[in-house]
Order: sequence, then structure tokens, then C-alpha cells
Amino acid sequence: MTNYKDMLKRGAIWGFILLQLAFFSIIGDQLSVSDQPFLAYDNMLLVLKQSAPIGIIALGMTVIMINGNIDLSVGATFALAAIVMLDSMTWPFMQALGDWAIPLAWIFALMTGVIMGAINGIIVWKTGVDAFIVTLGAMLGFRGLVFMFNGEQPTSHLNWTLVDFAEAQFLGLHTATWFLLGTALVLWLLMTKTVHGRNAYAIGNNRDAAVNAGIRVGPHFIWNFMLIGFLAALSAVVFYSESGSVNPNDGMLYELWAITAVVLGGTKLAGGYGSIISTLGGVLAIQILRKGLGHIGADTQTVNLVIGLILIAVLVLDRQLNRKGHGELKI
Amino acid sequence: MTDQTPVLRLEGIVKTFPGVRALDGVSFDVRPGEVHALMGENGAGKSTLMKVLGGIHAPNEGQIFVGEEPVTMTSPKQAKAKGVVFIHQELSLAGELTVAENMFLGELPLKSLGRVDWRKLYDDTDAILKTLNVRFNAKTRVGDLSIANQQMVEIGRALTVSPRAVIFDEPTASLTDSEKVVLFQVIAGLQAKGVGIIYISHRMEEIFKITDRISVLRDGQYRGTVNTADTNEDEVTKLMIGRSLDLSRSPVSHELGDVALEVKGLACGDLFQDVSFKLHKGEVLGFYGLVGAGRTEIAETIFGLRNPSAGQILLNGQEVQIHSPIDAVRHGISLVPEDRKDQGLVLGMNCRDNMTLPQVDDLTAGPFVSDGAEIAIFDQYRDKLDIRTPGWRQLVGNLSGGNQQKIVIGKWLSMRPDVLIVDEPTRGIDVGSKSEIHNLIRELAAQGYAVIVISSEMPEVLRVSDRIVAMFNGSVMREFTSEEVTEDNLIQAISGMGAKVA
Repeated sequence: MTNYKDMLKRGAIWGFILLQLAFFSIIGDQLSVSDQPFLAYDNMLLVLKQSAPIGIIALGMTVIMINGNIDLSVGATFALAAIVMLDSMTWPFMQALGDWAIPLAWIFALMTGVIMGAINGIIVWKTGVDAFIVTLGAMLGFRGLVFMFNGEQPTSHLNWTLVDFAEAQFLGLHTATWFLLGTALVLWLLMTKTVHGRNAYAIGNNRDAAVNAGIRVGPHFIWNFMLIGFLAALSAVVFYSESGSVNPNDGMLYELWAITAVVLGGTKLAGGYGSIISTLGGVLAIQILRKGLGHIGADTQTVNLVIGLILIAVLVLDRQLNRKGHGELKI
Repeated sequence: MTDQTPVLRLEGIVKTFPGVRALDGVSFDVRPGEVHALMGENGAGKSTLMKVLGGIHAPNEGQIFVGEEPVTMTSPKQAKAKGVVFIHQELSLAGELTVAENMFLGELPLKSLGRVDWRKLYDDTDAILKTLNVRFNAKTRVGDLSIANQQMVEIGRALTVSPRAVIFDEPTASLTDSEKVVLFQVIAGLQAKGVGIIYISHRMEEIFKITDRISVLRDGQYRGTVNTADTNEDEVTKLMIGRSLDLSRSPVSHELGDVALEVKGLACGDLFQDVSFKLHKGEVLGFYGLVGAGRTEIAETIFGLRNPSAGQILLNGQEVQIHSPIDAVRHGISLVPEDRKDQGLVLGMNCRDNMTLPQVDDLTAGPFVSDGAEIAIFDQYRDKLDIRTPGWRQLVGNLSGGNQQKIVIGKWLSMRPDVLIVDEPTRGIDVGSKSEIHNLIRELAAQGYAVIVISSEMPEVLRVSDRIVAMFNGSVMREFTSEEVTEDNLIQAISGMGAKVA
């Protein structure tokens, strides 16, 4: 019975996605401003591709949140990693390397993400200050670094080899989509099959019990913050390989979109419960909604309003389904 | 007193949840000035009954009477207005607010324009506190009070209305013996005023000390009411569990082995000083003392959760340095903590994952955890400890207290420790499971484990221990063998009476 309910809960986000698809392809196509049907293959491929930047971050955020923490600095890390990647390719010694500069620039960018994450993790571990506060500070601080680099000016470098790679399609899917799915697979294995994943759930659910069981909570935190820093940078690498230009404001609010996707997927803010696959569902649900509302001609403001309302409605529904009849206090 | 109208009467209360008949025709009454015990194992329906009384659940059938008047309870607030108030086991106080604000929470006296009448608030509060004979005042911050005093604030809150019936749910669970005495005085004071008391507890000694009648629930059914003076523990136990329990002490029937653990002059700041003892293989060493005597802190220090400020720990004759639980586990020390829900279990995880948590590192095949190895361990200890669960996928949070405790014990036994420390092995566990856990501890000792049992319950310490260390205020007062210990000399030792005997 418990498992049946659990399955239902985990499946809910996919049911929601089907509902959206049905809505936009039946009603949406009537109102549509374009003559292409919503469910067109190309359109769906685009949904997947455009889910990738926030999706990759949201998948990492799931690990952080199951762990009982949160990371608000991912948007700033995203922008910082993008700058490192694009700018490093203009350095003289890098230019001398020709296309070999590309993997090196990627490594620089990913290292940046890992280092930023490690900073967060070490502070959370060693000071015991709540991750919310630490990463709030980091969010401001890292963003400050972004602005210090080039003022209000965008940082640009277009490398056509890179653009070709980013726009390539393999087995029909875009490069960014492969990164999204690959990240999801690796993190799913990490969270369901490995000791690290088991410990993440245990720590998020009951930190004291985890300490008593001999789990090193501090180092565990650092690994996870390094992981999400890496993923924020990976997201930047995938996205800016194609666009080639980063504004200092890029990635703002990404942390909140990532958290929205994670929460839509059913992961608990308090930690200890959640699933990578459901977050993937949450990411897709948001992107389909954006795409679908755009399909029927709604503007960005309307899209945000609708997503906000749906997020609250989903959580209210979740609470009603899960708490009814447990003799909970009325407030 | 017997022919007065009851202050509270229940008639044929039935409450069903989907698939469960949680209460099945419960009827009893509480007379004015009476202390009426309500007993039953966990899951017998006591909590549901209290929720029905407090208006949180509406009964499907039956009627509640307050005095002569039939009432339908719709909320705790309405129950309170009718004069039925609850002192819950888990205190629900706002630590940052004052005593007065807590006692009148939601009902602060007001002046014009909605301003709080602070003077009246403090005066009313102090008047109530005076009747409770406590040493704090209306303006004290609740967070600064001891648990016992916080409970007094809860009682004070009940007295802000003139209660007709007060329901105490496990009031002594976290009180020391001297604090209990104070509580019992307060209860006696309420009795004298003609208030009817329902007293819910697992503790037989208390029940027989302070109650007039005992009503027993089993599996949601009312099993009868007896006069306390006309019955005994055996009879009540039989009513509760449908069979009698062997509560006698198990004799020491095995040879003790070598010294497994020796502690010399261990100290940790102000918490405890100069603690020395030896623990043999196959022996159960009981630690008894009041709450705050330093017993749990000693265990936590040996387990590496606290850093000692002085002293040595020797395992099998070798001195060891233990800086963290990881070191402790590696040296073969395991700790079953005091609070299994907060410190022992990951309630949102299944039984198997909880049991293998400390050793999951060693159960891997390549990068992944091996399902088979985990299930093998779970099955082995489920059978060994007789853990009743539908399967390893069951969330630990859904198990009964006794089975939860067995999961924690299984978790640490599966690490094959030399020394097993069990802190409060049966806190919040019903009578039937209690004796199972006691037998289990004895059995573990017989198998050669060196076991330390820390307990606040004297019968428990007396029953399971081969030797008992009595602690007072951070110091070891005396060590007793099972032959020389009596309830009297044990109480004297833990309350600081008599000279320290090394």
C-alpha cells in the first residue's frame, strides 16, 4: 500500500506533463499563432534542448536538497564559469593551441565551478552556518566577481568548432539534450545505487542519526557542493559553447528556477526525500509550459504568473493528498 | 467521594479509521478528586481516546459527558472551555516567550484598542504559579527553564481555566525522581480541589503510588476498571497484554570473560569527573542515576561524540584514542542512543537501509551498493532479534517503538561490536516489548558481548545488570554487585547521600 502510494506520488509529475501535452496539442493548437502543431517532433526536440541549462543545475540541486541543504549561488557560478570559458580562449597561449584550447577552456570553467562549490561546502562544514545563508552570501559575492571582470560589458568569444559541436545532433538529439540526459543518468545511479547517495538521504532525513552511524557529514557536504558547482559550470559550458557571449546578468534567478523544478518534482525542502527522475520531470514540465504558453501567444509575464500559480497549486494538492487524516494540527 | 457525579464520563466510544477499529466501545468515568489511570500497550488506543476527548477526532459512536451534560468536543479549545485540559507528553511551549505569555497564549488579557494588559497578565500568572509552589516567575523566559519546570508551565496553563478534568499523558517520562515528587504534590493539590485526573503512564510503580482506579485498554477495547488498592501489577499486566509477564530478575548463569573495556579517570569538562570502571565480556554493567548525572555524556564520550578533558579508555587492555564515532566503530564500540527517533533512526528510510547504514561502505560491488548483501544482513538480524515487519521495504517510521528499537540494536549488532552501549533501551516502549528487549540484552551478554545499559528506570537496571554503577552529579558514587544492591542503597547513592565509595 505504501509502495503503491509512493509510485503514484513519483508518477504524478509525468501525469502532469501528459496533461500539459494534451492541453497544448488540442486546445493550444486552436489558439496557436504558428501553423506548426505543438507536438511536432522539432518542437519537442527544442523543449528538451532548452530544458538543459536549468535542468542540469536542477538535477544537482536535487542532490543538495535531499541532503538537507540548498545552494542559491548556482546562477552566479553559472555566469562566472561562462566568463572563464569564453575569456580563457582569448588568452595568447590558448590561442596558440588552436582547437585544443576548447577542452582546456572547458576544464578551466568546470574547475571554476568545482572551486566555487568547494568554498561553499567548506564554509558550511567548518562554520556550521546554514547553507541558505552561506550560499546567499556566495550568490552576491560570486556575482560581484562576475561584474568585477568586465563591468557591465558582455564577454564574448565565438569559436565555430565549438558552435558546430553545440549545435550537432546525435541520434536525433541535440548536444545539450545529451548532457541533460547523461547528467540525469549519472546522478540517478549516484543517488539510488551508491553509498554516497544512501548517505545523502540519511543525512537529509536525520543528521544526528547519520553522525551516530559514523557518516562523515562535513566531507559529504563538500562533495555535494563541489558536484553542484561542477554542474552549474557544465550547464554554462554547454549553453555558452553555442551562444558565445555572456552578459554579467546571465544566470540570475536560475537558482530559483532550479529549486522550482526540484520542488515540482516532489523533493522535500526539508531534505531526506526526493528523486532525480522526478526532478527531470519537473524541469520538462516547466519548459513545456513556457513553450506551450508561447505557442498560444502568451508573453513572458503571463508565463511567469501561470508557472507561479501552478507551483503553489501543485504543492497545495500534494499536501492535501499526503496529510489528510493524519490528525494534523489545524492552523 | 464514591457517590458523587463523575466529572467526566465516556459511554460506548467507537472510533474507526479506514480498516482499523481504533476504539471499540470504551466506557469509563472519572470521579471528582480521583486519579484515574489509563493503561494499555502502545497502539491500544490511548492516544486515539485522548484525541477524541480533545476534539481532534470525532467519535463514530458514543457520548462524552462532562458532569451531567452531554458534550460534543469539536476542538482542543472547546474542550478546554468545558473544563477538560491536557498536559501532553511532548511539551508545546514557545521557548522564546515568557512563562506568562505561554500560559495565556491565545487568550492574553486585553485593554482597549487591543493592547495587552501586561499587569493583569503577570498578576494572574504569578497567582497561579504561587499555587504550584515553583521558584520561577511570570516573566521568566520558558527556554531558560528545566524540562520539569516547563511542565509546570503547562500545568499552569491548564489552571488558567478552572479545570474539571486534567489529563496527564506520560508526565514523568523525562522527570527525575525528585521532580516527580513535586509533580505528585501538584496532582494531589488538584485532587483536593475536586478535579478529576486521568493519568496515562507505562510506569507501574507510579500508577500504584498515586492512582485510585485503573482502566485498561487492549487493541482498542475496554478491558475493565479496577480499584488500585484491590489489584497488583501482575493482574494489570494480564489485563493489558492478555498474559502475564516474567518480571523477575534473570540470574547470572554464565562465566565472565576478560576485561573488554576499561575506563580510567575519564572526565569531560563540568559534565562528569574522574569516572573509572571495568567492563568484562559477557557482563551487563548498568549505569543508574538522575537525569543530568552524566551517564549519557559518558557514553557519548566513549563513542567519540564528545572529547574527554582527561582520562584513558582501554579496549582489551590497549589504550585507544577515540575522536569520532568512526573511530569508535572501528574499535568495536557501538552506541544505541537515548532517543531513537532523533539520534538512532532515519525514519524516512526503510528497515534494511537503516540497519546497514554504518557499514554500507563495506557492502559494495564495484561502485554500487549490493542489494543482496544488504538483504542478507537484514534477514539475519530480523530473525535473530525477532523484528516484526512486513518486509525490509517498510519505512522504519511505520514500525512500533519496540520494533524500531530492535532495528537500532540490530544495526549495531551487525557491526559485530565488542562493547555495546545501550542508552535508555526501553524508553517509550510498551510493557510486552520491554521484557523482550530485557531478555535480548541478557541473551547478548550470555553470548559474550560486553554491554553497558544506561537507564532511568530502577526496575530495569536491577533486572538486566550484573553490576550497577550509581552516579550523582557527574561522579561515580558507588559500584554495586547484583548481590549487594537494594532499591534503598541505590536510591541513596544516586541522590548524593552517603560518602563516595570508590
